[in-house]
Amino acid sequence: MTSTEQRSGTVAGGVGESPTRPDGVVKVRGEFAYSSDLWREDMLWGATLRTPHPYARIRSIDISEALKLPGVKAVLTHEDVPGENIYGLEHPDQPVLAAEVVRYQGEPVAIVAADHPETARRAAARIDIDYEVLEPVVDSEAAMAPDATVLHPDHGSNVVRHVPIQHGDPDSATADVVVTGEYEVGMQDQAFLGPESGLAVPAEDGGIDLYVATQWLHVDQKQVAVALGMPVDKIRLHLAGVGGAFGAREDLSMQVHACMLAQYTGKPVKIVYGREESFFGHVHRHPARLRYEHGATKDGKLVYVKTRMVLDGGAYASTTAAVAGNAATLGVGPYVVPNVRIDCYGVYTNNPPCGAMRGFGAVQACFGYESQMDKLAAALGMDPVELRVRNAIDEGAVMPTGQVVDSPAPAARLLELVRDRPLPAERAAEADLRDLPGGVSNTTHGEGVRRGVGYAIGIKNVGFSEGFDDYSTARVRLLAVDGEPLVSVHTAAAEVGQGLVTLQAQIARTELGVAQVSVEQADTSVGSAGSSSASRQSYVTGGAVREACRQVRDAVLDLAAQRLDVARAGLELSGGKIASAEHGVLVELGELLGSTSIERIVEWRHRPTHPLDPVTGQGNAHVQYALAAHRAVVDVDVDLGLIKVVELACAQDVGKAINPDAVLGQIHGGTAQGLGLAIMEEIQVSGGVVRNPSFTDYLIPTILDMPPMAVDVLELADPHAPYGLRGVGEPPTISSTPAVVAAIRAATGRALTRIPVRPEHITSTD
Amino acid sequence: MRVNVEVNGKQRTADDVWEGESLLYVLRERLGLPGAKNACEQGECGSCTVYLDGVPVCSCLVAAGQTEGRSVRTVEGLADGDKLDPVQAAFVAEGAVQCGFCTPGLIVAAHDLIARTPNPSDAEIREALAGNLCRCTGYEKIMDAVRTAAAAAGGGQ
Repeated sequence: MTSTEQRSGTVAGGVGESPTRPDGVVKVRGEFAYSSDLWREDMLWGATLRTPHPYARIRSIDISEALKLPGVKAVLTHEDVPGENIYGLEHPDQPVLAAEVVRYQGEPVAIVAADHPETARRAAARIDIDYEVLEPVVDSEAAMAPDATVLHPDHGSNVVRHVPIQHGDPDSATADVVVTGEYEVGMQDQAFLGPESGLAVPAEDGGIDLYVATQWLHVDQKQVAVALGMPVDKIRLHLAGVGGAFGAREDLSMQVHACMLAQYTGKPVKIVYGREESFFGHVHRHPARLRYEHGATKDGKLVYVKTRMVLDGGAYASTTAAVAGNAATLGVGPYVVPNVRIDCYGVYTNNPPCGAMRGFGAVQACFGYESQMDKLAAALGMDPVELRVRNAIDEGAVMPTGQVVDSPAPAARLLELVRDRPLPAERAAEADLRDLPGGVSNTTHGEGVRRGVGYAIGIKNVGFSEGFDDYSTARVRLLAVDGEPLVSVHTAAAEVGQGLVTLQAQIARTELGVAQVSVEQADTSVGSAGSSSASRQSYVTGGAVREACRQVRDAVLDLAAQRLDVARAGLELSGGKIASAEHGVLVELGELLGSTSIERIVEWRHRPTHPLDPVTGQGNAHVQYALAAHRAVVDVDVDLGLIKVVELACAQDVGKAINPDAVLGQIHGGTAQGLGLAIMEEIQVSGGVVRNPSFTDYLIPTILDMPPMAVDVLELADPHAPYGLRGVGEPPTISSTPAVVAAIRAATGRALTRIPVRPEHITSTD
Repeated sequence: MRVNVEVNGKQRTADDVWEGESLLYVLRERLGLPGAKNACEQGECGSCTVYLDGVPVCSCLVAAGQTEGRSVRTVEGLADGDKLDPVQAAFVAEGAVQCGFCTPGLIVAAHDLIARTPNPSDAEIREALAGNLCRCTGYEKIMDAVRTAAAAAGGGQ
C-alpha cells in the first residue's frame, strides 16, 4: 500500500457504519430551517401570475390595476428582466417571464411583491393580459409530423433530440419467437413535500444572496446571473433546507423571480409556492410511448430487440436530450442482445415541460422491456425469471452502445435473490379489511380477490454521461480546538434528504481518524459539486471529500516529520495520533496541530465518458451501471379493479454501502415511488391542461398503500469507484413499477400496457 | 383582528391577523413557530398537524380566529428541554427522517396514536398515520420508529 491508500480510521461513525443524521434532531424538533421557513423583519412576499392557456400569443399586458392595490410594492413583466430573458439547464429556450408567446399552461407571465402573500396573489389576479389563443400541439407523435406547428422556430423542428442506436445486424436477424408490444407511460410528478421556495436578500455590494432549496447551487447561480445581467460572483446562493427533490429542483422555479423583485424593491423577497402552483412550477417525468419487438430462439436466448420510443418533453427542453439519451442507451435493459435497433425521440409539445425525475429515462424504458420479457416468456412457455436469467448481463457484457460493462453486474443473482425469498403468507380466509383491496371502504371480504406475483429488473447509469465534465469540489480543513482535532468539510453539494450530510462526515472520519467532523452549510463560496441527481453525489462528492481528506492527511504527516524530525516514510495518522511502527505513538494530533490548520481544496472527476456517435449510437457514454430487481405480490379485486400490494421484495447491488441504513432508506423510498407510478400517480393532461394539480387528485402512496419491503443488499465493489460504491438512489424506482404491473397481470390475465394501471383497465369498463 | 391563543403552554397574542389566515399561517409567520409545515393547503398531507385542545388537526384547515381562547401544541412543544419525546428520539434513531418535511406532522400524529393506543398493532399504526404523506422513506422506517417509540413509552410506565 502507498500512503494514500492507508486508512486512518479507528473512530466510530466512519464508512460502512450508520451513524444518525446530524440534522435529525433539529428536524424532529421542528427547528430545521426549510426554504419555506425563512423570515426577515422587513421582507416582502412574491407571487407569480401564470397563464391559463397551453399556447397563446400575448397581445398586451396591463398591470395598472395590480399596482393600485395597497401593499403592492412591485409588479414586473418580461420588460423588467434586467439581463437575458432566457434560461434552461441544457439548452436555453425558456423565458424568465413570457414576452410574446406562452407555450404551456402555467407559464409565468408576471410577478408581484407585496407586504402580505394574499395581497400579492390578489394583485397578480388583477393583471390584465390580452391573449390570442392558439391551437396547442398536445400529441407527441403529431408534433413530429412534417406539417406540425413548430413551437420553437429557432430549433427548426419539434424534435429536441433523436437518439439512434444500431448494434449488430437487426435488419437481417431472424428469430424463432417474436413478440411485439406498444406501451404507454403517464406523466408522473416528483411530488416532493416541501414546495418551491426561497428568500432573495439584496446585499450592500449590489449583489443578491439567495437562500433556496435546489439540487445544484452553481447551475442555478449561473442561470440567475445571466437573467439578471450581473456577474456570477454577485449572485451568492446558499442552500436552505430542502424538502425532497427527486429531480424537480434541477430546473429553476422561483430563483430569478425572487431576485428580480428583491433587486427592484431593495428588500428581501420570499416566494413560496402552494401545492397547486408547485404542480406548474417544476418539470415532470416524461410521458412515453414505446413500441418494442423482441425476437428470441426457442430456448429463450434473445436474438434482437427493436424499439421506437417517443418522450413528450412538453413546452421547453429542460433535460429532455439527456433523458432521451438514457432511455435509448438503457433501452433493452440489463440483457445481452446481439442485434439492436433503437430510435428514441424527445419532442416539444404544448404539454407541461418534462425533465428530470428519479430514474430519468430508464423508468420509461424499463416498463417497456420488462413488459416484453414477460410477454416473451409467456410465448415461450418459460418461467419469466428463468428467461431473464438466461439473458442477464454480467461483468464483461457488451451493451447496445458497444460499451463493455467493466465492473460487477450481478443481474442474474439479483433476480434469484428476490425469486428465492419465501413468499408472504396466503390471505387468511377471514382477512382484516385493512389487508384487502379497498381496505376499510369495505368493498370486499375476499370475494373476487386474486393474488399475483411479478418480477422485474432495471438498469440505470450513475453520474452524468455522454462526455459531460462531471466533477465535484471539496474543501477540507483540519484544525485543533481546545487541543482536540476537528475536521471541517465544505462542499456545495445539496443535501435533499438522502443523507449526503451524514456520508461526508463518515468519509472524513474514516480518512482522517478524527471523530469530530463539521459539515458546513452548502453554498457557492466553494466550487461546484454538481447536481444531487443521477445517483451521483456519493460517488462524485464522496470522491472529492475522500481525496481532499487524503491530501490533508499527507500534509499532516509531512508536518509531523518536519516538526518531530523523523522520517516521513512509515508515519501513520490513526485514532487522533501520529504513530509509526518503529516509534509507536509520537504525538497527539491536536498537540501537533496547535494553532496550525491544514486545508486542501480538491476538484475531483470520475473517469471521462464519451459522446454517442450521432448515427450509430456507439460510445462509452456511461461511467457506471447500477442494477436492482423486484418481486411484487399483489391482491386484486378483479370485479372492482382495486389493488392491494401485499409485499415488495428488492435486491440491489450497491458496490459498497457507505451508510447501510441510508441505503435502505433509498431503496424503500425509491420502491414506493415506483409503486406510485404503477397504480396511482399521473398528472392528467387533456388538451394541454392539467386536470389534477392537488394532493386530493394527484395521489401518492400513503402508509396504507405501502406493503412491508424485504431488501437484499449486495456489495460487489466497483474497482473504479471510491470505496467500490455504486450509486443507490434511482435503481429501486425503476424495477418496482414493472414488477407491480407484472403481478397485476398475473392476477388478472389482463395485458395492461399503460401505467398507471387504473381500475377500468382491470375491469375493462373503460 | 387580534387572536389570543395558548401555544405550547404559553399565552400568545397575534395582532393584525387577516380573517382568511389559517392557524398554520399564524403559527408560522406571526408566532415564530415554523415547525408545522405547509405542503398541500387542503388537509391531504398532514404535514401541518398540531394538537388543538388535545386533538390532532390539520392546522391549514383551521381558521386562526377559531382558535381564540383555545390551546395549541405544536411539534416544538413536545420535547422537554433538551430531552426529546420518545417519538422524536425514535424517528432519529430508526432513520425515519430523510428530507424531514413530513416529520413534524408525523411525529404529532404518532404521538397522539401512542397516547391513545399504547401498544399499537402494525395495522393500527398504518391506519392512524394514513393521513400523513411521506415521499422519501416509503414508510418502512417510520413503522420501525413508531414501534420503537411505543415500546419505549410502554417501558417507561
